[in-house]
Amino acid sequence: MASVFASIGNWITERAPGLMPVYRKHMTEYYAPKNFNLWYYFGSLALLVLVNQILTGIFLTMFYKPDAAAAFDSVEYIMRDVDWGWLIRYMHEVGASMFFIVVYLHMFRGLMYGSYKKPRELVWILGMLIFLALMAEAFMGYVLPWGNMSFWGAKVIISLFGTIPWIGESLVQWIMGDYNPADATLNRFFSLHVIALPLVLLLLVVLHLAALHEVGSNNPDGVEIKKKKDPVTHIPLDGIGFHPYYTVKDLFGAGFFMIICAFIIFYQPTLGGWFLEPDNFIPANNLLTPADIKPVWYFTPFYAMLRMVPSYLDTAVWGVIVMFLGIFVLFLVPWLDRGMVKSVRYRGTGYKFGLVLFALSFLMLGAVGAGVTSEQIPKWFGPDANATTIENLFGRFWLLVYFASFGGLWAYTYFGWEKTKPVPERVTTHA
Amino acid sequence: MANEGVDHGRRRFLTATTAVVGGAGALCAAVPFIKTWEPSARAKSAGAPVLADISKVEAGQMINVKWRGMPVFIVNRTAQQIDALKSLDAQLRDPSSSNSNQQPAYARNETRSIKPEWLVVVGICTHLGCSPKFFGELKPEPFDPQWKGGFYCPCHRSRYDLAGRVFSGVPAPANLPVPPYKFMPDGKHILIGVGPEGAA
Repeated sequence: MASVFASIGNWITERAPGLMPVYRKHMTEYYAPKNFNLWYYFGSLALLVLVNQILTGIFLTMFYKPDAAAAFDSVEYIMRDVDWGWLIRYMHEVGASMFFIVVYLHMFRGLMYGSYKKPRELVWILGMLIFLALMAEAFMGYVLPWGNMSFWGAKVIISLFGTIPWIGESLVQWIMGDYNPADATLNRFFSLHVIALPLVLLLLVVLHLAALHEVGSNNPDGVEIKKKKDPVTHIPLDGIGFHPYYTVKDLFGAGFFMIICAFIIFYQPTLGGWFLEPDNFIPANNLLTPADIKPVWYFTPFYAMLRMVPSYLDTAVWGVIVMFLGIFVLFLVPWLDRGMVKSVRYRGTGYKFGLVLFALSFLMLGAVGAGVTSEQIPKWFGPDANATTIENLFGRFWLLVYFASFGGLWAYTYFGWEKTKPVPERVTTHA
Repeated sequence: MANEGVDHGRRRFLTATTAVVGGAGALCAAVPFIKTWEPSARAKSAGAPVLADISKVEAGQMINVKWRGMPVFIVNRTAQQIDALKSLDAQLRDPSSSNSNQQPAYARNETRSIKPEWLVVVGICTHLGCSPKFFGELKPEPFDPQWKGGFYCPCHRSRYDLAGRVFSGVPAPANLPVPPYKFMPDGKHILIGVGPEGAA
């Protein structure tokens, strides 16, 4: 039997001699640092969730109807009448939220260990483009069930473009194909969600990995393993083959991750309204605004940026600008950070402090955007307190912290205020 | 192929002109694809004027009519509600309706309406397009203890008075828009989508 496989292998190799070297370059002979820790699971987990979204998405498309009159019912049909349809749909819906959890942790890992720094700027930029495409993909996916939050969420997000001076109004009509989110809007979002954006995402993921494999992976010590190679084999002394070492490690992580996902899918598929909002179980109605319009949790930090900026000079465009700056500033991190040391393990106290403040501001803005603060303020300050003023103060404070952490990073490293620790020659395995 | 005697200037010219002609062609070819996203003929015809029956709207009450898929609020204001409007000017962003995009010229007055008692506004918050809720009574509300009647947007807490004028210090930048409308000769109907004869 083995000889049959071997002869098939030989048959292919003779006709396509370039295949095995590609496999070796990216798997068995892709040397990754041997000191990867828990934070290094999230890249492969993001890939796993992407596969899940594509697989479950293909099956949902077999039953879903992209028609304003039929969409909501077709989702209920999937949930009630299609055998196992509820499972496929909840895998897709929980998968969307898990995608963002994994991607946010993956990005935080990059910030922690300086994975965006030279020579990996391109890996970071491509990763940020994936994040942008993912946000567009998730937004359009949330519109498809055509629940009331789908409708009003779409209206609010598309209206962002209406704040652009002069062209705003016609741009909004162009995006919606109507004077309101309507059948035309749903239909085009469906097309973008199932064809255009997945193609873009897949292409970007391939480029992200290709760019990574050119320069090699960073690690928790921020040491370039390519600098210390075995003189005979030219293999990095601290490197181990991605396959089998990290494929096995990542399989273990995938197993653990899928247990958590299974728990959510089976017991808490809406996660108490955080993954799927109650208002989306009501069909879209353009005369019935939900009492509290808010996006799904993964957009809430950016949504809070939008909300915390008041309008000025008769236009609300400023909040939109601040929100897009909040995303765009992440693209600039490789150039804002002038420090020479990559890993937080050997960086100055100011960097650690700034990183914590950044993460905290992201979470606090998320709480504002999700309406947690507007719920809590009356409980803390009494019913007579001016909840709007307190929330604005709180949200604007953390908005300033968010942007200050980027400005601070630049100043801290540009003016040489950072006192770093010595970086070891080789990676450490028990730090 | 021999490379001797190549006219590089000629080659650059041909490369550049080919790129320009090809690029222009690609741009032209993109136009039909982009144009498909404009509202279709069907969507445009669905945006036709709408007739609203106002004969059964009691003083102080509001009805909500759908025009172009948007909610249009029609309020029959009481004398008390109209009087309260003047006292609010200092708290408003644009008390005298100076932003001419937000109403036709015939509704640019103290009550932002053709007839003082009848308010007709598009019920869509000028911040991000939610639909504000009607709180018509002059009584303290959780969001404003001095409330003189008006509209409150639950999305981001923008407030408008009973002429659709926005308060200062809220996210919404402008007053609620007044759609083109006119009273029908029978006095019982309002036609939304068309202005009075002779008015721009």
